[in-house]
Amino acid sequence: MLSGCGDVLNNPHPIGSEKTNTLYVPFTERSPKYLDPTSSYSNDETPFTFQVYEPLYAYHFLKRPYELQGRAAETVATPRYLDKSGQPLPDDIDGESVAETVFDIKIRPGIKYAPHPAFAKKANGEFAYHAMSRVDIQDKFRIGDFAETGTRELVADDFVYAIRRLATPRVKSGSFSSMADYIVGLKEYGEKIIEIDKALRKDLPPTARDLPFLDFRQHAFPGAEAINKHTLRIRIKGKYPQFKYWLAMTFFSPIPWEAEVFYAQPGMVEKNLSLNYWPVGTGPFMMTEFVENRRHVMVRNPNFHGELYPCEGEAGDKAAGYLDDCGKTIPFVDKVVFDIEKEGVPLQAKFLQGYYDSPAIARLDYGTNLIVAMGDSKEKDAEFRAKGIKLPTTVEANVWYLGFNWLDPLVGKGDTPEQMTRNRKLRQALSIALDWEEYIAIFERGQGVPAHGPVPPSLFGYRDDGPAAFNPVVYKKDVEGKPVRRSLDEAKQLLAEAGYPDGRDAKSGKPLVVNFDYLSSPTPGAKATLDWYTKQFAKLGIQLEVRATDYNRFQDKINRGSVQIYYWGWLADYPDAENFLFMLYGPNARALTGGNGANSSNYQSPEFDRLFQKMKFLEDGPEKQELIDQMIRVVQNDAVWSFGHFPTSAAAYHQWVFNGKPTQIIRNHIGYLRLDPALRATQVAAWNKPVWWPIPLIVLALVAAIVPAWFAWRRRERETAARTLASTT
Amino acid sequence: MIDYIIRRIGYGVLILIGVNLFTFLLFFSVNTPDDMARMSIGGKRVSDDAIVKWKVARGYDKPLVWNASASGVEKLTDTIFVARSLPLFALDFGSSDSGRDIGYEIKQRMWPSLALAAPTFVLGVFAVIVASLLLVFFRNTYLEFWGFTFAVFLMSISSLFYILMGQFFFSRVLKLVPISGYSGGSDLFVFLALPVLIGIVSRLGSDSLFYRTLFLEEIGKDYVRTARSKGLSETVVLFRHVLRNALLPILTSTVAVLPLLFMGALIMESFFGIPGLGGYTIEAINAQDFAIVRSMVFIGSVLYIVGLILTDISYTLADPRIRLR
Repeated sequence: MLSGCGDVLNNPHPIGSEKTNTLYVPFTERSPKYLDPTSSYSNDETPFTFQVYEPLYAYHFLKRPYELQGRAAETVATPRYLDKSGQPLPDDIDGESVAETVFDIKIRPGIKYAPHPAFAKKANGEFAYHAMSRVDIQDKFRIGDFAETGTRELVADDFVYAIRRLATPRVKSGSFSSMADYIVGLKEYGEKIIEIDKALRKDLPPTARDLPFLDFRQHAFPGAEAINKHTLRIRIKGKYPQFKYWLAMTFFSPIPWEAEVFYAQPGMVEKNLSLNYWPVGTGPFMMTEFVENRRHVMVRNPNFHGELYPCEGEAGDKAAGYLDDCGKTIPFVDKVVFDIEKEGVPLQAKFLQGYYDSPAIARLDYGTNLIVAMGDSKEKDAEFRAKGIKLPTTVEANVWYLGFNWLDPLVGKGDTPEQMTRNRKLRQALSIALDWEEYIAIFERGQGVPAHGPVPPSLFGYRDDGPAAFNPVVYKKDVEGKPVRRSLDEAKQLLAEAGYPDGRDAKSGKPLVVNFDYLSSPTPGAKATLDWYTKQFAKLGIQLEVRATDYNRFQDKINRGSVQIYYWGWLADYPDAENFLFMLYGPNARALTGGNGANSSNYQSPEFDRLFQKMKFLEDGPEKQELIDQMIRVVQNDAVWSFGHFPTSAAAYHQWVFNGKPTQIIRNHIGYLRLDPALRATQVAAWNKPVWWPIPLIVLALVAAIVPAWFAWRRRERETAARTLASTT
Repeated sequence: MIDYIIRRIGYGVLILIGVNLFTFLLFFSVNTPDDMARMSIGGKRVSDDAIVKWKVARGYDKPLVWNASASGVEKLTDTIFVARSLPLFALDFGSSDSGRDIGYEIKQRMWPSLALAAPTFVLGVFAVIVASLLLVFFRNTYLEFWGFTFAVFLMSISSLFYILMGQFFFSRVLKLVPISGYSGGSDLFVFLALPVLIGIVSRLGSDSLFYRTLFLEEIGKDYVRTARSKGLSETVVLFRHVLRNALLPILTSTVAVLPLLFMGALIMESFFGIPGLGGYTIEAINAQDFAIVRSMVFIGSVLYIVGLILTDISYTLADPRIRLR
């Protein structure tokens, strides 16, 4: 039974579980859809995939700006550049001259796969489970149902296999179309594989689920090959420094061919025995339970090669205790249990009772909501503080801004030099008047920081003492050196210089009216926000015409370039300043590319474009930093955006969870988390002492109701029949 | 009686075909196979090629109910409807559109549903009958008045409120039971105590009043007077004679739902995190997984038909005067 002597009664986990080194976390809505590394591309899958698999690279757990390091690879490989004839080029060659980039990636020797039946061998050396019939797997529903397991060393060929498998027509391959544009020969390889697959299944009905094994070992292509047992070579077209970020995603996890043979046997798919539910990896954890939409359990991989907890991080990490486990071997927890929690009320209750160590392990919105709740309610604030809940915050690689359309005659570039100056001053004046500090306080409940440029903190290119952290057009520095928004008078002065004194056209005397496109319908919820914008423009005497439409219509308008001013945001694909600055690169202009570019403001600046061209081919370093600084200065001066805000978000952990540094970029963080089960057990017992005294009261109340009934019953039973009859008529 | 049952089963098959066709038409009038493919594949980009592939692999590339390009009887049989419906009658549910084995899932999820629904049902019926008979017993007394008032009070409150208050009071304030969750074996009681209690209490008010009406109707009849004149006590009159005679309408409302207990209680399962079939159906509807939806509707219809036949049979047991022909 759950309730032993002195134990808590409301524990939803097995008795004594709070004393074990097990991390308990919920998952909401539904089970992850794809755990197959070729298919997985969704945030809710990452708590599993990034712990079970080891892609080639990973981000350093503590350092910010984010820094790549080797994971299954020894280090981040230095690319080699080749020209059209295959001759080597110097490292500092400009991107246009590069025909091909070659990565020779050294795989760590000695890494072993987690125990899995696909590797199990009989005494005679044959695989134990590679030639099974339907009858053999009749009673097998989970990987644990197979008695024997085995392992083997990770080799470069497993990565080659995985890259070839990106071309598979059999499962969803989320990155194939992007990768086919870069990896040499992958596109043609994809077409070839489709033909091979067709030939393999030509005698089968299209709905057949048992398909003959498609052995990617037999079909090579030049873009990915193993030079030797521990060296993987990947060749990509041209120069593409951002390719390294792809190598930190699970698309580039090793896939052992044995697992594919194992799962391709007849009857396996029907039993849900596939890579999609039972991943096979080399990471710190392995999947031992997959009960769809109910529970998933990962336990420590006994064959894990052991990674050391980092000893250096960013400033403040030591004080925050993130360096306390320096040099220790991860993972720290033995087991991770994910339980479904569909409703918000039980989820929060269980977290506050201490039965979940974190209410959301893969997302940072929950912690942010808790911080907001603390601001709203003194009781909650007191409760969260008393329980020592940790809500560490981070500013994410995410920006919200108000953009000016460069094609617009009023707020855009302008046709004549004089018009250009006037328009620029108008944009600058508006940028000053828009009080984003107030916006953050009201609408983001204080959870954000004002943006000074397009590049968020935590990315390379953002320096605390650089232009990304101070926009001189909108701010000035106070006596302490802190940025302070310039005064409205200065904005009015700029407005007058732009030809609109007090918000009226100096020539015609007509009031200045600008159109503002908003990204959602004018719902009652959005009304307060829209009123706020109107007020900001009114501070300069400018009338704001709000055009709020649904999001699809809004996107249509942006794609056509038929907006004047608009509000929009961007969430990084990967932690590189290039992924933000490309939104201001001329050739990416949306209206000029039929909606395919990301430059929604249609901004055109020859200087910016020149710098961007140079910067996009550079690896992180002083030269790239200098170019980013220059580009930020250009856009600050042009004020093509009123740089809005970078939202802050927070992780949420109990006091007994350590190393929970918040991040949305690093996905293999569970291995770094450490628990103090003894502390948890003490706190859980203190917070969940059963309260028995109302139970006797409830019983008493029931007795009080029953006693008069009992007496009435007795009286009725002793009554004469005549009276009973009389009472029924 | 055997003839009757066979005839009823025959009707049942016809009803099943109708229900199947109806579900099929309803589902595909709001979802196209393309929608289903897009939803099922998910992710950032879904290519047309992937959609075609998805449909072919699951047989959704055929016409819905009439295949004009086929010849002869295949015009009717080479369609999504026939291909997907026929195996159901052999209880072969196949795999869900996301690729999981439906039969296995149902077997797994049936027991948690039953573990919650069966005690709720049995204890609930018992509590309701006792409460309503007591109301009748104390008729025309202040106890009936307060009992009646209390029943109206109970039925006026939404069942969702019982759930939230129950969780708040027993789990958060008294800390006696887990707020939600599920585990088999000996821990079952701890997880089911609260949902079962709430399930009973939330229906107690309305059902007691309904049964009370049934009993009151019986109590004025001649046989009751005869029983009393024989000198039987009121308790015996009520619990032996009135109850038995009022059983028919009670059986109608209870036996028919008996097989449906497997299907699970939607809200309860969701709030208490019980991994039953109720939640399974809702998840499938949200994910536009037609394979699961049609299987669950099919099973629901079969169980309902079985329930109705059982009701008829139970009539003959409760009232020997009834003969099934």
